[in-house]
This record gives sequence, structure tokens and C-alpha cells, in this order.
Amino acid sequence: MNMRYLRRVNVTFFTAFTIISLGGISASSAQDSNASTTEDKPYHIDADGTTDWPVFNGYRRYHAICHTCHGPDGLGSSFAPNLTESLKHMTKDQFLDVVVNGRTNVSTSAEKRMPALGTDLNVMCYIDDIYAYLKARSDGAIGRGRPPKHASKPQEAAEAEAACMGSGTGQ
Amino acid sequence: MARLWLSTGISMSLALALASWSPVASANDELLKLEKDPHQWTQPAGNYANTRYSKLDQITNKNVKNLQVAWTFSTGVLRGHEGGPLVIGNMMYLSTPFPNIVYALDLDKNGQIVWKYEPKQDPNVIPVMCCDTVNRGVAYGDGMIFLHQADAKLVALDAKTGKVAWTADDGDATKGETGTSAPLVVKHMVLVGNSGGEFGVRGKVTAYDTKSGKQVWRAYSMGPDSDTLIEPGKTTNLGKPIEADESLKTWKGDQWKIGGGTTWGWISYDPELNLIYYGTGNPSTWNPAQRPGDNKWSMTIFARDADSGKAKWLYQMTPHDEWDYDGVNEMILTDEKIDGKERKLLVHFDRNGFGYTLDRESGELLVADKYDPAVNWATKIDIKTGLPDRVKKYSTEANGEDNNTQGVCPAALGSKDQQPSAYSPKTGLFYVPTNHVCMDYEPFKVAYTAGQPYVGATLSMYPPKGDDHLGNFIAWDATKGKIKWSIPEQFSVWSGALATAGNVVFYGTLEGYLKAVDAETGKELYRFKTPSGIIGNVNTYTHNGKQYIAILSGLGGWAGIGMAAGLTGDTEGLGAVGAYKSLSQYTQLGGTLTVFALPD
Repeated sequence: MNMRYLRRVNVTFFTAFTIISLGGISASSAQDSNASTTEDKPYHIDADGTTDWPVFNGYRRYHAICHTCHGPDGLGSSFAPNLTESLKHMTKDQFLDVVVNGRTNVSTSAEKRMPALGTDLNVMCYIDDIYAYLKARSDGAIGRGRPPKHASKPQEAAEAEAACMGSGTGQ
Repeated sequence: MARLWLSTGISMSLALALASWSPVASANDELLKLEKDPHQWTQPAGNYANTRYSKLDQITNKNVKNLQVAWTFSTGVLRGHEGGPLVIGNMMYLSTPFPNIVYALDLDKNGQIVWKYEPKQDPNVIPVMCCDTVNRGVAYGDGMIFLHQADAKLVALDAKTGKVAWTADDGDATKGETGTSAPLVVKHMVLVGNSGGEFGVRGKVTAYDTKSGKQVWRAYSMGPDSDTLIEPGKTTNLGKPIEADESLKTWKGDQWKIGGGTTWGWISYDPELNLIYYGTGNPSTWNPAQRPGDNKWSMTIFARDADSGKAKWLYQMTPHDEWDYDGVNEMILTDEKIDGKERKLLVHFDRNGFGYTLDRESGELLVADKYDPAVNWATKIDIKTGLPDRVKKYSTEANGEDNNTQGVCPAALGSKDQQPSAYSPKTGLFYVPTNHVCMDYEPFKVAYTAGQPYVGATLSMYPPKGDDHLGNFIAWDATKGKIKWSIPEQFSVWSGALATAGNVVFYGTLEGYLKAVDAETGKELYRFKTPSGIIGNVNTYTHNGKQYIAILSGLGGWAGIGMAAGLTGDTEGLGAVGAYKSLSQYTQLGGTLTVFALPD
């Protein structure tokens, strides 16, 4: 994992991020020991369409936050690009950089702002899952809408979630 | 009038009273007179009672079939165009979605643009608007046009020149507090509610002095009585006095501070009772497990004294919401007979699928019935306690985090959302644009970060089992709680209705049709396909003695985001409905005003 974007995140989130990342790696290494393949295809879809937990979790987290600008199913809107297209050209590092730090695109016709989400636990605790979901969408591995079937929440994911979200769930 | 001013002055500082004093007729006098003039459309809802009824009768159920487009106007803005234009004298005023342009058009000069106001707003506000960057229209009063911008600023513009008279910061957009609603001018005040229930914003309504922009009063939806302007022992809930700080007892710890209950719907006003009425939205977050308690006073109808903001009575429709059934829809004020007795009524079609009729003076609940038979989360509302009889199977709280509760009707969009209904005193019927949509709702753990989404659930939406349409346009008898007729619509009806003395009712559809139907029978009499899907509200006025019908088209809003793309493809529930096709096959984005008239 590239440290470039992590340096810009504050220490609290650095810690949180590391925990969830480790959770993600251990979960995926159980299915696939080839790390480079995991990077290219960070998801697993069974022949019957059952998605792994990260893809499903990415689906639901995406549709609670990102979809207001990037559209349902990652398809974009007049406010923000179609991510199923963007991820054909972006690396994961570039993706993370934009999510954490935001981005401004100014043209003569419009001013587009991607907010910096580096301090949003609802995004950063699940960013690997959101990426996995969007990558699966971008690759055409899953269709639109809620995945019809998905693997249940593994213990590692529940533990990583508890550690990352901490007491930030309201007063 | 003098009497009212005196009583107002007592509750305000002397300076404020002097500042708002004017030798000419006050806004109250002017607006009370204007709302009785059917030739103009001077308030977002047509009148203080929010009936969206016009006495104009040139266009009738006999001749409406001959209606033609008189003129059109492009707003130059994409995204969802909710609300509609005002007509004051020879001028028409309309606002657009972000960037919230206001146009003043001269009807004497074929709609020539007299002035255009475009605020400079930080585009960072766009991602903190949950359900598209809509704006539900401007308000008029005291020679000014009031705009509630996306960035939560309230701006007073000189109606003649468009010059900014004053600006008030109603909220902090960096914390997710935004503006989408139309303001309402009452007496010397302009009232405005806030948006941001998906960002942990605390709902409130604020009254500003129309002349100076200074705050007159502010009433929060939740918190201590000093914030909610509830008077313990005096303010009533279904006739019973409210205990001290009752709101605080229904939240865990300090959660009320990020408790939602935003006030982004419509406000109505009864000048005789001097009460304003509005509803509050969903408690934050959408994950009910994280906020135990009744979450008062989210999902609540408020009646407040217009001068002081103090709560006269209130009624919470959906305690401890589990489905995002905001209570913000319009409160329509009518005088009708119930059981032979003339009553001052308040009629409200809630997102939760029940049509409520209350006595607007006492807050007594008289009728509460389903206005869409598909509603299943509750079997009925107990008229005495006001509580819904919930069905456990559809409880997202009982089913818990990370579990998908299936088949809940209505969907979070509600059996109706903000799209306002109309009421005709001629027929005694309410004309209600409705959604006929069910959902799966999966709540999950969510953390609060100021200015970031605080949602905590994901939803799938689809038509009720066995149905192939997503909306109905219905006629409702509020004294009996009965549907008189119902017109199935392929998509949700997300457009505000208009009823006229010509016995015609107008509404728009998401495919883009403006439709005219017979007020008695619901028979379709006319349709015209506008350039984009309609989520705006129909109005009517006359110019040089001729009646016109005006409507904004421009697909978007929650309907546009959620339905144009979210309800397509091979998702569950839809497979059986072969007829269902994506809205994007019918229409595209783009704001246009279309004005209709009969041929000369």
C-alpha cells in the first residue's frame, strides 16, 4: 500500500486506516494468495452471482454517501463522473488520493468539487470495500442495483469495523 | 391592524418594532389582500392555507382540451426543478436549482428578463445536498423577493431591481445545513426552515424581519424547551399538556444535538388564529438502533404562534422513525363539516402513508387513514393516542443492523413526498400526487462527522407486489379518510397539483406530461409533453384578462436520482414487472418553464 496519501491523513485516521487495511488483506488472502491479482481484481464473485462481503459492503456504503453526486450504481451524474468509467483508467492509489484529499475541476462551463473525505469514518473505514465494489462494477463483474446474494459478514470485518468506527457513532 | 402591531411590539424589542414599522400597508395587509386575488399567484402554495386552489374559471373541464402552449422559457440550469413561479402584477419570478438563479420576467413584454440574480455560492455545498440541489421557489413580501439559497443564506432582493437588500446566514453549510425550501412571509417576518437531516443537522424554523433581516425568533425541533419554544404545561400534545423538557427525555445523551428533524417542507398560516403550521423531518441517523427513544420532536406537526414562535400544540406522527418517513409535507387548512359540525381543519398527507385530519385550533386528531392501500408498516393509527399500530415484520429496528428488512410500504420516499396537494372547496376533495413504491431497508452502523453524510442505511425501491406502476394521482375525502378516485401513473407523481374553479385539476408527471383531469371524476381531459420530467408545481394567473397555466419541467430531485437510474435493470422485484423501463428512456435533464392558454 502506497504511503503517499496516508501522510496527509491525521494520526488518528492513520491508525484506523491501518487496522482496516490489515483486516482487508487477511480476509482476501484467505481466498487468494496472489497479491497482484488481488490488486487488479479486489473482489470475488461466485459463478451463481454471490458476491464477497467487501463488494456487498462497498455497495451499501457507496449508496449511503457517494451516490448523491456519482449517481446510483457508480454511473455518474451532471455533478460528478461515472466511476465505472473512471476506474478503467485510475489506479487504486489515485482513487484513494482523490477520496482522501478531494479535487477541484474548474472549466469555463462548470466548477466541480470532490470533497475531501479523509476524516469521514463512514468512508475511510470501508474504503477498500467501496473500491472493490466500484472496481467490480467497472469490470462488469456485477450489474446494477443491490447484489442479489452476498457472503455473510466475516468476523474479521466486524472486528475491523468496531476498531475503526470506535466511539464515533454519536454521543 | 394597529392592534396586531401593538401586540407584536410587546414581544419584540422596541428597536425592531420601529425598524419594521412602515407608513404604507404592511406585508401582512398586502399579502392577505393579494392571496384573495386569483389573477395573481403571490405565494408558493397559492395562499396561506396552502390549498393551491384558484377561482379562475376561463379554463374549464369543457374547454381544457383546446389548451395550447403560449410561450416557453429555458432556465439554463440542469437538475431538478421543484417549486414554481410567482406572479405579482405584470411580473413573474422564478428560481432554479443550484446555483439558484432568480429571474424576474415582464409579462407585458413577452417575458423579457427584467433582472437576473445569480448568487456566488461555494460548490462544496453540492455534495451536502442529499436529494439533488433543488429549490422550491421564492416568496414575495414588502416589495422584496426572498430566496433561500442552497448554502443556507436567506437573501432579500428588491423586486423591481433584483438588488440585494440584506442577507441572513440561516445555517452553516460546511456542517451540512442547507436550504431548499420556499420561505413564507407572515406579517413583518419571513419564515424559513432548514435541510440536512442526512447530515445530523438539528431542525429549526427561523423568523427574520422582512426589512432588516434581523432574527425575530427561532424554534428548534428538539432540545430543551428554551430551544423548542415549548411551554411546559401549556403547549399540548393531542390535548394533553407537555412536560418540561420532554424532548430531552426521548434521546440518548446528547444525540438530540445531531438529531435531524429538519423543516424543509412547506409552512402554512391561519391569520385568524395567528398560528403557523409545518412538519419536522426524520431523526438522524437512518439506523434506528443507534438512536433509542421516541426522538421527539422529529416527525411532528407543529402549530406555533406566528409572533413569538411559541408552540401551541404538536403531534408526533411516527415516534422513533425506522424508515425515513419525514413529516414535512404540506399542512392544508380548510373549513369543513365533520359529523355535522363545522370544523377548522388541518389536512396532512404524511410520508408514512397516512392522511391525517386534525382540528387546527386544538390539535385534536380526527381522522387518520391510509391514502395508499399498499401501506403495510402499520395497520392503523389509534385516534386517541395518535400512535401507529406497527407491524413487527417491517420494523428495521427489530430486524436490526446489517439485516435487510424487505417489502416495506411505502418506501422512504413516502406515499407522498414534498410535492404539494391541492384542495377544491367546490368539490370538497383533496387532489394528491402520490408515490406507489415499496422498499428493502438495511440499516448499518454509522459515525457522525460534522459536514459528512450521516445516513446509515441502504435502500432498494420497487413497485408494490403485483403492481406495475409507481405512482397514483388520487382524490381524497379528508372528512371520511376515503379515496374517491385514483389514477394509476407509470412513475411517482412528483409534481404539485392545482385545482381550479373551472373544475379542472392539473398535475405533472415524471415522463414530462402536464395533465388536466376532471375535478369530479378524474377523467383525463388534456396532456402535453414538456421538454423534461416534471417535479415542479402547477400554478395559474391571468394577464390582460386571459387565464394561463404555468409549470416548470426539469427532471431531478429524489425522484430523479433514485428513480431515473436506481429502479432499473435486474434488481429484485422488478424482474416480474416486464413493463417497467428506466425513466431515462423517456426524458432527460433540463429546466424549462412552459405556459399554456386557450387559443384566442
